[in-house]
Amino acid sequence: MSEEEHKVEYTTVSIPKILAENIKDRMKGTGFSSVSSYVTYILRQVLSSIGEDEKSKQAFTKDEEDKVKQRLRDLGYID
Amino acid sequence: MIQPHGGTLINKKFPEIERKKVLGEIHEFEKIKVDSEIMSVIKNIAFGVFSPLEGFMNENVMLNVLEHMYLENNIAWPIPITLDVSEDDIQKISVEDSIILTNFSDEPIALLKIEDIYSYDKKKFAKKVYGTMDKNHPGVAKLFSRKEKFVGGEIFLIDEFSAVFPKLDLKPIETRILFKTRGWNKVAAFQTRNPPHLGHEYIQKAALTFVDGLFINPVIGKKKTGDFFDGVIINAYKELIKNYYPKNRVVLSTFETGMRYAGPKEAIFHAIARKNFGCDHIIIGRDHAGVNNYYGPYDAHKIFENFPDLGIEPLFFRSFSYCTKCGSIVNDKICPYSSDFHKYFSGSKIREIFLSGKEPTSEIMRPEVAKVILNYKNPFCE
Repeated sequence: MSEEEHKVEYTTVSIPKILAENIKDRMKGTGFSSVSSYVTYILRQVLSSIGEDEKSKQAFTKDEEDKVKQRLRDLGYID
Repeated sequence: MIQPHGGTLINKKFPEIERKKVLGEIHEFEKIKVDSEIMSVIKNIAFGVFSPLEGFMNENVMLNVLEHMYLENNIAWPIPITLDVSEDDIQKISVEDSIILTNFSDEPIALLKIEDIYSYDKKKFAKKVYGTMDKNHPGVAKLFSRKEKFVGGEIFLIDEFSAVFPKLDLKPIETRILFKTRGWNKVAAFQTRNPPHLGHEYIQKAALTFVDGLFINPVIGKKKTGDFFDGVIINAYKELIKNYYPKNRVVLSTFETGMRYAGPKEAIFHAIARKNFGCDHIIIGRDHAGVNNYYGPYDAHKIFENFPDLGIEPLFFRSFSYCTKCGSIVNDKICPYSSDFHKYFSGSKIREIFLSGKEPTSEIMRPEVAKVILNYKNPFCE
């Protein structure tokens, strides 16, 4: 598969230079190779969490958890 | 624990009251039969393995995934998830209809609220997903045998049909609670479609050294000729775990889905599914989900560079071999000796050994695992 097939299209967004410098400092040691990839990551995290926070906090109820644990016990996954 | 992909673990199982209502009126719905592979997709959507998907993709979503590998809401997704329908069936349905998807015995599986009915370009689809239009590629061959139109829309599971291996059929909510109960904060997933040789064991244990638990998650479903039968893989892993793994550090569970052999894009797809199961790491080896020479050996590593926002962390491993000089498993980064001293864990060579009725040496495969495979008259798909 060619490199081209993997490529995602990009556009440019302007941010204050001072903010870009702060981001450069902040991203040290994170493994991100550029300010753009780090900012993309942060924005996606923020966007996907908006409106989802409450739902994800209650991923499963106590009742659901008890039922699942019983099935896991029956299957031998937990004692 | 890691958030599901998109932030919410999808649950599309009908509440009991609505399920009964639909079943009571079942004769009023148009019905379309779906095969076992689509049934697996329905189940995976319904129980959140494919979160954030809530149904089969509409045309605009499918095109966005083909072109950009993202859903419209900016969430990474590499491979279209689609329902193909015949021209005959298309005559019976319209957008905004609710229809029933059934198995081949006409038993209802799910309700589909139709949002879109559309044609698609198989050549473009093949090129974008598989990087080739060559019909010798098993994924491309399967694509070209699919029906001519796609139907998109939200699904609601009516009946949870039985799994191929019911005792190993864990849903994301179950694996998440299991990991939590075991106190695992970091979990590495291992995707496989083969019985384990020593190279696999080495990779898994190397990963396990850095995390709390290992989630071995073989793909169960349609495979190509020459691949191992699902039962062989499962029983081989049970034997390996019984003899060589600490019980409370490993979970074996199945992932029912057809192999697409889409190499790098399928690696991203596999990572997303395992993220939904609650894993925050996934092992990606050489030529992950590849077939023949359609992809470079490390294309499935490189593609992750385009997805720094995936959430699940890939653990990249190179090709391993047994070095007779070192007396241990090595790769090209850690061994000073030439390939003359290396015995490679080649899938095709291992297949040849079993086809000749012989047992691989203990430098290649654990004897207990080899015995499980040798107990099968024919361990391979035809």
